[in-house]
Amino acid sequence: METLWFCLVAALITGYVVLDGFDLGAGIASLLIGRSAADKRLILKSIGPVWDGNEVWLLAAGGTLYFAFPALYSSSFSGFYLPLMIVLWLLILRGIAIEFRNHIESPTWTPLWDFVFGAASALLVVFFGAALGNVVRGVPLDSAGDFFLPLWTDFNIGAEPGILDWYTVLVGLFAFATLTMHGALWVYLKTLGDLQQRAKRLAQHALAAVALLALATTLITFQVQPHILESFAARPWGFVFPLVALTGLAGAFLSLRNKDELKSFLASSLFITGMLASVVFGVFPYVLPSSTNPALSLTVYNAKAPDYGLKIGLFWWIPGMLLALAYSVFVYRKFAGKVQLDDAH
Amino acid sequence: MDALDLHRLHFAFTITFHYLFPQLTMGLALLILILKTMALRTANEHYNHAARFWAKIFAINFAMGVVTGIPMEFQFGTNWSRFSKAAGGVIGQTLAMEGVYSFFLESSFLGLFLFGEKMLGRIGHWLAAFAVFLGSWLSGFFIICTNAWMQHPTGYVRGSAGEIILSDFWAFLLNPWVFWMYLHNMIGAVVTAAFVMSSIGAFYLLNNKHTEYGRTFLRLGVTAGLIAAVLMAFPTGDGQGQMVARHQPVTLAAMEGLFETTTAAPIALIGQPDVEKRRLDNPIHVPGMLSFITYKRWNAEVKGLDSYPRDTWPTQIPLLYYSFHIMVGLGTIFIALMGLSALLLWRRKLFTTRPLLWALMLAAPFPYIANTAGWMTAELGRQPWVIYGIMRTSEGASPNVSAGNTLFTLLGFMGLYAVLAILFLFLVQREVEHGPEPLPQPASIPAHA
Repeated sequence: METLWFCLVAALITGYVVLDGFDLGAGIASLLIGRSAADKRLILKSIGPVWDGNEVWLLAAGGTLYFAFPALYSSSFSGFYLPLMIVLWLLILRGIAIEFRNHIESPTWTPLWDFVFGAASALLVVFFGAALGNVVRGVPLDSAGDFFLPLWTDFNIGAEPGILDWYTVLVGLFAFATLTMHGALWVYLKTLGDLQQRAKRLAQHALAAVALLALATTLITFQVQPHILESFAARPWGFVFPLVALTGLAGAFLSLRNKDELKSFLASSLFITGMLASVVFGVFPYVLPSSTNPALSLTVYNAKAPDYGLKIGLFWWIPGMLLALAYSVFVYRKFAGKVQLDDAH
Repeated sequence: MDALDLHRLHFAFTITFHYLFPQLTMGLALLILILKTMALRTANEHYNHAARFWAKIFAINFAMGVVTGIPMEFQFGTNWSRFSKAAGGVIGQTLAMEGVYSFFLESSFLGLFLFGEKMLGRIGHWLAAFAVFLGSWLSGFFIICTNAWMQHPTGYVRGSAGEIILSDFWAFLLNPWVFWMYLHNMIGAVVTAAFVMSSIGAFYLLNNKHTEYGRTFLRLGVTAGLIAAVLMAFPTGDGQGQMVARHQPVTLAAMEGLFETTTAAPIALIGQPDVEKRRLDNPIHVPGMLSFITYKRWNAEVKGLDSYPRDTWPTQIPLLYYSFHIMVGLGTIFIALMGLSALLLWRRKLFTTRPLLWALMLAAPFPYIANTAGWMTAELGRQPWVIYGIMRTSEGASPNVSAGNTLFTLLGFMGLYAVLAILFLFLVQREVEHGPEPLPQPASIPAHA
């Protein structure tokens, strides 16, 4: 039962990264390739009706984590106190920027919110990557299951690591490259003309960076968290996940060359799914490894809620998420196709 | 201030600011749905224009509600980790259900409602408005379920190590505390929306612009406002009071400033509690009223604070007492103001009675104060417990998050929210100034409905 919930939470987080990932990436793209106010407005318009729904995946993941693994939720949220608060502030600024930007057209108002939107998106992506890096590396849990990490110490993975050390920053950069590619492919899918060509070039450059960083990060991760290699050795069927990721990356490369917009975006989604599934598979059954004493690690078994709640949760969670998927499909179909500036609201 | 006070202030500040926005959007979702229904039934574009205007106000408020709401779900873990670890298996259920059942619904259909009027058609657009209404009212339900469990825990057992284990899902979801609290809260949201709508209606009439719309806003705002204001007092406020009297009697005594057990207990309309000397200074009393309201008998005995151990008294008795009295006092004024307005509306004199239009225009902030005071009554009244009778607030905070770190983020939120508040007022002012789009042809709406 707890393994099932572990997979469901992982699926929600993956859903969040794939979906909100493209609109975060679109923010980065807006910063990097949006030359005119019209470009930036188009990029915003492409995510306008869906970004808020994408962000709900984060809330659904947080809520599900809360009731299925309350010990993990409370330990990690309090231990990662400062970066989480910074993430919240960035989410607030970004949401406000998206919603308020088009209320006034002026040479001071619009560029300000375009910048806030782009910068907050970029910083969020780096922070989310670093957060994943922290979970993989482990944290100094005490016997009560608590820890508290400062934002940084000496940037080394020592006995007293910070949230940001060279390893987690590397994962953050990897996340940045990945979601830049993902967002650029979204812009490539949703726009036309010159902006679309710039999006394509950005996606190609980002893809090259992703390939390099994926290799580097994977090799270093095996050093930082040997448990991942042990997992793959113990259950070799798990190699299917990195294989999925490779297929996705190769698919994105080939579809971009063939100018197949939708396929390249879907392939990039597949890459993200494969990468996250590999990490989750490798870390299991840990949900938050201890960097000081493995016996103090939080696992799916010692962090889970009692069985009755997990069982009853399935009865509402599954139909609820099916409904949510149905709304999402409906909305994406309604707003399918290229965005143009004619019917500006 | 020690870490515990800062954690409490952190949550109190962020939740108070947050709830300024959902209380309008939940109420406004209903009023917009009524406008859309009128547009559908009368085939009069006037109501669609009115609905579109309120949709713009709704969208700004919704955005504020979303961005200030995300920190709430995270703060259970960041600042209240001991509480979350103990109670997450129970209240995590409703918090996750809110995400799964209402946020997806709301966010999906709000996009369609705001951007898709042309592609959806008349019926489709009405359905989108209905989905937004349903999503926001479901969201309220799950939050009230969560809070009701903290006020009056049900459906759980204690494990061998004292842990809290959910044992009966339906007893948790259909907690008797939920029923009145949910109705009281949601109707409070309708009061806010109705007052804001009639305030802008009165503003338009007094400034002699957008007057067609001003009249529509007043008609709907005053009608909804009167119904909602009356329902706030009876039966929902009374029902909620009965729950407190039965399950949190010490809270009732503190709310009323009743320090000693009294038969034929009076109600204090005004007065200042002195907790040190255990008395109410300068009271103006209505004799026997408290006994009657609580037990429906004029001579009933009402237990005072002296009947309960000192360490179970709420920790902020004066603030609790004032919050409760402000809520009830404002609620009474709301009934009077909306009653008089409705009477004049019925007599077809409201639109020309300028003093009343002035009063309606200036009344908009007060439901916000009343709703905030109501939540303060609920939350301060629950003290010293975070889960009533099970876990004290002092045991619930994160032990690993220091006072210094908490103050840092509290100050950060204060600064950020100050900026948000300025932006919000600026943008809403612009929308109100701009007003609804005028109808293309001469208005075909009668001056009086």
